[in-house]
Amino acid sequence: MSDLYYQSAAELARLLEKGEISARQLMQSVIDRTHSVEEKIHAFLRFDPDEALVEAEKSDQRRAAGKSLGSLDGIPIGLKDLICVSGQGLTCGSRILENYVSPYDATCAARLKERGAILWGRLNMDEFAMGSSTENSAFQTTCNPWNTECIPGGSSGGSTAAVAAGETIAALGSDTGGSIRQPASLCGVVGLKPSYGLVSRYGLAAFASSLDQIGPITRTVEDSALILQAIAGHDARDSTSFKAHIPDYQAALKAPPRRWKLGLPREYFAEGLDPEIRQAVEKAVDFYKNEGCEIVEISLPHTELALPVYYILAPAEASSNLARYDGVRYTHRSERAEDHVDLYFKSRGEGFGQEVKRRIILGAYVLSSGYYDAYYLRAQKIRTLIRNDFMDAFKKVDALITPVSPTAAFKIGERLDDPLSMYLSDIYTLSINLAGLPAISVPCGFTSKKLPVGVQIIGQPFKEAEMLSIANLYDSTHRFGMEHPEL
Amino acid sequence: MSEETSIDIDYVATLARIELTDEEREQFSSQLEDILDYFERIKAVDVAGIEPTAHAFPIYNVWEEDVPEPGLSPDEALLNAPEQRGNQIVVPKVVEDA
Repeated sequence: MSDLYYQSAAELARLLEKGEISARQLMQSVIDRTHSVEEKIHAFLRFDPDEALVEAEKSDQRRAAGKSLGSLDGIPIGLKDLICVSGQGLTCGSRILENYVSPYDATCAARLKERGAILWGRLNMDEFAMGSSTENSAFQTTCNPWNTECIPGGSSGGSTAAVAAGETIAALGSDTGGSIRQPASLCGVVGLKPSYGLVSRYGLAAFASSLDQIGPITRTVEDSALILQAIAGHDARDSTSFKAHIPDYQAALKAPPRRWKLGLPREYFAEGLDPEIRQAVEKAVDFYKNEGCEIVEISLPHTELALPVYYILAPAEASSNLARYDGVRYTHRSERAEDHVDLYFKSRGEGFGQEVKRRIILGAYVLSSGYYDAYYLRAQKIRTLIRNDFMDAFKKVDALITPVSPTAAFKIGERLDDPLSMYLSDIYTLSINLAGLPAISVPCGFTSKKLPVGVQIIGQPFKEAEMLSIANLYDSTHRFGMEHPEL
Repeated sequence: MSEETSIDIDYVATLARIELTDEEREQFSSQLEDILDYFERIKAVDVAGIEPTAHAFPIYNVWEEDVPEPGLSPDEALLNAPEQRGNQIVVPKVVEDA
């Protein structure tokens, strides 16, 4: 058996269940691995091996007493540093929250704890999830395990790098415009963004509330289903939580394969797509064709408007959401303030990094008097058109297949001075958030420079079971997420 | 660069209550001009009669029974307060001297 820290969660659950390994053994393996590679990766902002081992021993005791909490009992899962865990720090990758301690659990964290998962560490991210490279963290730059001179993607780059490097078995991230799927693709792991409203946002530090969703980052599609099962479902504490029936996702994976009808949106294979990425994605499409699926070319005519629409709506929501960081009730408070208004200006000026300031300013501008109709309201109307494009497509096909990112991981520093080129990294992912759809990034091979490539399966609203089943058809026979970088 | 997309960075920073350094002010002005130029393409779209989307799945008026539930204790609620006194948060003086 290869090293425990590189096994899938589902396989580890089987080994734990059979008593072939203990949770303590598994946790120790992950801790040792983290100690040996973390200085090259910088995925974690904080972790506590002693506390994790205590939790692992409790898990072993439960299992010995016949009181196992299920298949996640004893599995280490890392959290992006914007999900509240009572008594633990939460920075959102920002100086403004450097000393913040969460007074309560996020619903998704509570649900993982109830199932015995070990919450393992706090993972690096772009400040307030604004970025596509994790370079906007105020604390450290995370490196891509496949090439440590490259970015891991973002904003959940700490989460995806940790899973890829064997520093955790799985992780949770958040996705507002691609922040789970793009870094998953760039690090060669599986990243799932659920339908808007499927997973509670209670205890998730808000970036753009109408777009944010929490989702799993794993090595296999099977693991993605396992963790989604634990965190999905209605929560009265999130007023946008949807009362959807939650099916058995793992059972869906075991159902006999169907001849799916899959759409290829031609706008996603147009200019700007790196030829090596195109080749890898087309190979995955060929696989589906050979499995008897029908492949249909379709059109999503408003695709080119998604980027401007997203970069109007998300900063507008952010400028409103981040108004709470004012130096009054919590967060960094400036010592230079002369009066209470000055306190806001200086605390925010000192506490926020450049990208966050840039987006708050942009958001305040598009919402300001005289520009609201031209930008914000118009963008909301085009959002309707973008969503309608998808709904029309789903009259003809079960799901869509696209690339995740137009390029593989780029070099650290390469796009830092050009925000617009950084924003283009999310061109294939952000429409999905605007339309509220589920989508999953599945590893589908490597470039000639041995950098991972992902393929995106976009599902219909609240049809995660179908989407996972389609994704698993490919993943269960390829398992690129189980290949490991040399570290 | 068109006249209508010029951005008064000081005015917007004041709206957002953010202090900017001179360097940031200069850098953001040119970057935001580029971004706003990119936004121009949305103006050509015919949106007549199209309803705006605020949330992908409209959920309106979520009501809950008004039942008391345990909340945070004062100590927990003040856990992160930069400065506190007598279970209250201290802020700089808001009222002007007479």
